[in-house]
Amino acid sequence: MPILQEFEYFKPSSVNEALHLLSHYKRASVLAGGTDLVNNLKSEIDQPDAVVDIKGISGLHTIVFKKNILTIGAAVTFSELIASKIIQSKYPVIAEAAKTVGSAGIRNRATMVGNICSAVACADSSPLLLVFQANVLVQGKKGKRKVAIAKWLKGNKKTDLKKGELVLAIEIPLPAKKYAGRFVKMGRYSGEDLAQASVVILALPKNQFRIAFGSVGPVPMRAAAIEKVLNGREPSPELIKEAKAMVPALISPITDIRATKEYRMHMSQVMFGRGLNDAVERFRGKGSDYGVSLL
Amino acid sequence: MKRKLSFLLNRRQVHVEVEPQEILLDVLRDRLGIKTPKCGCDRGDCGSCSVLIDGKTVRSCMVLAMEVAGLAVTTIEGLLENDHLTPLQESFIHHNSFQCGFCAPGIILSATELLEHNTHPNDDEIKEAISGNLCRCTGYQPIIDAIKDLTSHPESFNRTDVKKEVKS
Repeated sequence: MPILQEFEYFKPSSVNEALHLLSHYKRASVLAGGTDLVNNLKSEIDQPDAVVDIKGISGLHTIVFKKNILTIGAAVTFSELIASKIIQSKYPVIAEAAKTVGSAGIRNRATMVGNICSAVACADSSPLLLVFQANVLVQGKKGKRKVAIAKWLKGNKKTDLKKGELVLAIEIPLPAKKYAGRFVKMGRYSGEDLAQASVVILALPKNQFRIAFGSVGPVPMRAAAIEKVLNGREPSPELIKEAKAMVPALISPITDIRATKEYRMHMSQVMFGRGLNDAVERFRGKGSDYGVSLL
Repeated sequence: MKRKLSFLLNRRQVHVEVEPQEILLDVLRDRLGIKTPKCGCDRGDCGSCSVLIDGKTVRSCMVLAMEVAGLAVTTIEGLLENDHLTPLQESFIHHNSFQCGFCAPGIILSATELLEHNTHPNDDEIKEAISGNLCRCTGYQPIIDAIKDLTSHPESFNRTDVKKEVKS
């Protein structure tokens, strides 16, 4: 299918040049991996006057870990995240989640920043970034600002991005010196499919937990009520069972082409139970290897 | 407005004029006569339009042609060296891995990228590497067999002459 909309294509080499283009054109779209944008151009969901390809800006291709904060540039692909030594050692659950995004051919192009800018309800990065309490680093003509991921995601396909602004990076603080994570995603089949439901769990020292659910509401959600019940207590099988029973009251899945509401509801509980168990085990140095499926 | 675009296509420099909204897949097929990338789903799900950009498999239906300016694009045509098929292609022929062949170029490129990084992939790694390429004929097993056989017996699949093959 050809793209009918005519637009100008730019590939700036600096952030300032990109910002100038984004504010100069009335309707400018940012292009990174293009795995969402090009489809939106074809189906005329996006009808820009200008497409600004940010892959020419070298500063946006970096993954940096400094002062216990991981900074992922806007042009970094999921394949690059998976291959990153620093992510494998300090944030293995990010690699675990990145491996489940689409297929190799998608991951070679798609970016994490693009994922949270498209901000569809089933975005794999969103629940992950929620538990890490990540910040989105945004630059506009007036300067930079940082937005907490929870405030960034405003609804299905809605973000806090303002006209003329560009997302430079995501900043992910290291949650603790020693911690474990678990990402569980359910699709209809492995490879290529979008999530029917996903759960992310971080197990931190002193029995503290951070939990988020994806694809079971218009935006992914932190499960504060469950965290409250778990925090500070020994995660015994009874306690995990109690926490599992709280899931249905917290999430609001819908029925669509990929799964029914009831199936999502049931499986979110199953995934949460197994995920929590595995996160606890991983924290204790046992548990499964990162990247192994629990379903 | 038409823009000049230059890139490396199968190790040859090509120059073509394109509209900024033109898709790489269409430019390859309709302007440059490269017919191995196929248009299947046209939205990045089926993998039949796969090409390598700087050695990495990419869905050419989701790439604006302008994006490859200055980059190296490789299709199946570019895997040939002196008219020889690659050992991987030989193995696919040996195992009768394809029937209609529509998915073949994409799967060969995905497998080529896999073997670049991982000379002895296990079944799961092979399945993961080709999971974005849909095949509706084979059920995938002969494809997996071909990749595995090549990695365990690389000496059995030397490059053969394409022209001779065609003649015979």
